[in-house]
Amino acid sequence: MLKIKNLHASVGDRQILRGVDLEVPTGEVHAIMGPNGSGKSTLSYVLAGRDGYDITEGEILFDGEEILDKPAEERAALGIFLAFQYPLEIPGVATMTFLKAALNAQRKARGEAELTTPDFMRRVKGAAEKLNVTQEMLRRPLNVGFSGGEKKRNEILQMALLEPKLAILDETDSGLDIDALRVVSDGVNALRSPKRSMLVITHYQRLLDHIVPDVVHVMSAGRIVRSGGPELALELEAKGYADYVGAAA
Amino acid sequence: MAAVQETVDQVRRIDVDQYKYGFVTDIESDRAPKGLSEDIVRYISARKNEPEWMLEWRLDAYRRWLTMNEPTWARVHYPKIDFDDLYYYSAPKSTKGPKSLDEVDPELLATYEKLGIPLREREILAGVEGASDRRVAVDAVFDSVSVVTTFKEELKKAGVIFCSMSEAVREYPELVRKYLGSVVPVTDNFYATLNSAVFSDGSFVYVPEGVRCPMELSTYFRINEKNTGQFERTLIIAEKGAYVSYLEGCTAPMRDENQLHAAVVELVALEDAEIKYSTVQNWYPGDKDGKGGIYNFVTKRGDCRGARSKISWTQVETGSAITWKYPSCILRGDDSQGEFYSIAVSNGYQQVDSGTKMIHLGKRTKSRIISKGIAAGRSDNTYRGLVSAHRKASGARNFTNCDSLLIGDKCGAHTVPYIESKNASAVFEHEATTSKIADDQLFYCMQRGLSSEEAVALIVNGFVKDVIQQLPMEFAVEAQKLISISLEGSVG
Repeated sequence: MLKIKNLHASVGDRQILRGVDLEVPTGEVHAIMGPNGSGKSTLSYVLAGRDGYDITEGEILFDGEEILDKPAEERAALGIFLAFQYPLEIPGVATMTFLKAALNAQRKARGEAELTTPDFMRRVKGAAEKLNVTQEMLRRPLNVGFSGGEKKRNEILQMALLEPKLAILDETDSGLDIDALRVVSDGVNALRSPKRSMLVITHYQRLLDHIVPDVVHVMSAGRIVRSGGPELALELEAKGYADYVGAAA
Repeated sequence: MAAVQETVDQVRRIDVDQYKYGFVTDIESDRAPKGLSEDIVRYISARKNEPEWMLEWRLDAYRRWLTMNEPTWARVHYPKIDFDDLYYYSAPKSTKGPKSLDEVDPELLATYEKLGIPLREREILAGVEGASDRRVAVDAVFDSVSVVTTFKEELKKAGVIFCSMSEAVREYPELVRKYLGSVVPVTDNFYATLNSAVFSDGSFVYVPEGVRCPMELSTYFRINEKNTGQFERTLIIAEKGAYVSYLEGCTAPMRDENQLHAAVVELVALEDAEIKYSTVQNWYPGDKDGKGGIYNFVTKRGDCRGARSKISWTQVETGSAITWKYPSCILRGDDSQGEFYSIAVSNGYQQVDSGTKMIHLGKRTKSRIISKGIAAGRSDNTYRGLVSAHRKASGARNFTNCDSLLIGDKCGAHTVPYIESKNASAVFEHEATTSKIADDQLFYCMQRGLSSEEAVALIVNGFVKDVIQQLPMEFAVEAQKLISISLEGSVG
């Protein structure tokens, strides 16, 4: 599904990604862990196509297709979804309106018919109930005045509706208490499927107690420096990142 | 959001040149000689067969104007206007006060059709099945004259007078004499005084006591002729307990030179009367390099003369190279209310200096100001507003909310509020925010599949929602589209 080869990216003079190699096969859940500043979030932005990064070397293949020259909205329509660490607020635009605009924009880009309002409402309702997203929340302006937990649930709701092939979760656990973490993780787990891959980016092991990955990668100083099974996360939890910070320098 | 999609589709269709009203109508005109003098004022008055008192009124204004200087306090910059290099009167040759649609030049009818303004009553009736309250009566003003007013007869049955200003001067002189200049005096300001001297046409509305005007009234202004100033004058009077909703729309062809538009609008609301005045202003804004465009220097003022009266201004400003405009309310009657809802969009090299004045004179008067400025390109967008309470205005209340949205980093948004209170019991609240469409917000939307155009349309629609809701339904959708069109190409 996703193949990243020797990816180098920089912002201005600062090199952040220094040769990332990563492969996520279809249906697998991979976690990327690493100390602050190792380039985890940058990797998620570069994958999603955010402006402002110079890609100096390397390639990203999605379903065998090079995507680096595609704008963000085309990548979204191909099935790449990023759950933001800090979801953005859009005043005056009801959450429901936003969901519909996004879903229909993607459908249109893929040459599919737009959903009728009743069809759309049915889908939202089904997905929202599972995530404890109330009708009242859907009427409120997107993310405006939402609590940390509400924002993250709203991200997962969008993921459920947009049905991406690859979901990237960027520090989805940050700012969540234990109960909210459970709701969000359950939501994510419900979306695990043999056809869908996930890339879970996190600083802490605790999220991986809930969303158990197939593979764990350790990122440091802009590269993947080690990969292993779920047990690698536990090892990191016990020892910290000190070894890796040293190793990369 | 269907409107967003529609907007984006429409923007695509419009192609390279976003101003779709930029065509010129090829029609023979009758023009006064260039320049301004007492003779020109006499010429205009004579062309309109005005009574002597009207001519005297104009001449007084003209003499006064000669002693005045152009105001320079607004945050707008433009080369000095040569007032002797303009035509002050231009009328399509074929229309000498048309009596019915059949007498109107087909070329003119075609022009309005192209603009999407229906003037044939038959067609309007045919197009709207049974929904009698959806009809809109239109007064079409082309350069200096009103070419036709629709639904006049039907309105007359309800006792409502809706006609061109020229006709009102001739047919209803007692009303005109009583109210003209009673809200915006001849001496008010440089442009209003100029308008008083040379105003050519405009709309006149009189709604008698207790009458709720049975349909929306609307005036559509079009400047066609080159180097021509348009000086229209609108006067709306709502007698005790009357209600009227009025909408004004404007466009002009694309021309390299700047055209001057200096209108005066006066509203008078007597006891318990309500006037709702909406504007969708889409004068030609100039090209992408800032060449051409309309200079829009307008004085609009409403007088809540009677107790419990209400005047509400709603404006969507997307056009003009320069906008200088402050629709205001004088809250004279006790318990009267004034409202101002505004969306001002500027792009390219447009300059907007707009806002309102709420003058609280009566007891327990209330006013509300919601202003949304959106600046893109290299434009400058200023909100300038005055809220004042006079000594007797005990219990006066105002709520002001001014929000500015910046798109890109070469534009400017400015807020200049003036607040004066001479009464200790007045309560004035002022809120202001300035925000920028952040790259993060755009990226968030695009990550969800929206194009950058769709993302901007969505964010802007959210930003202006409070004001759009104030517009009559039919115009709300139109206004939304217009805003997005105006902002086309502002990102990326």
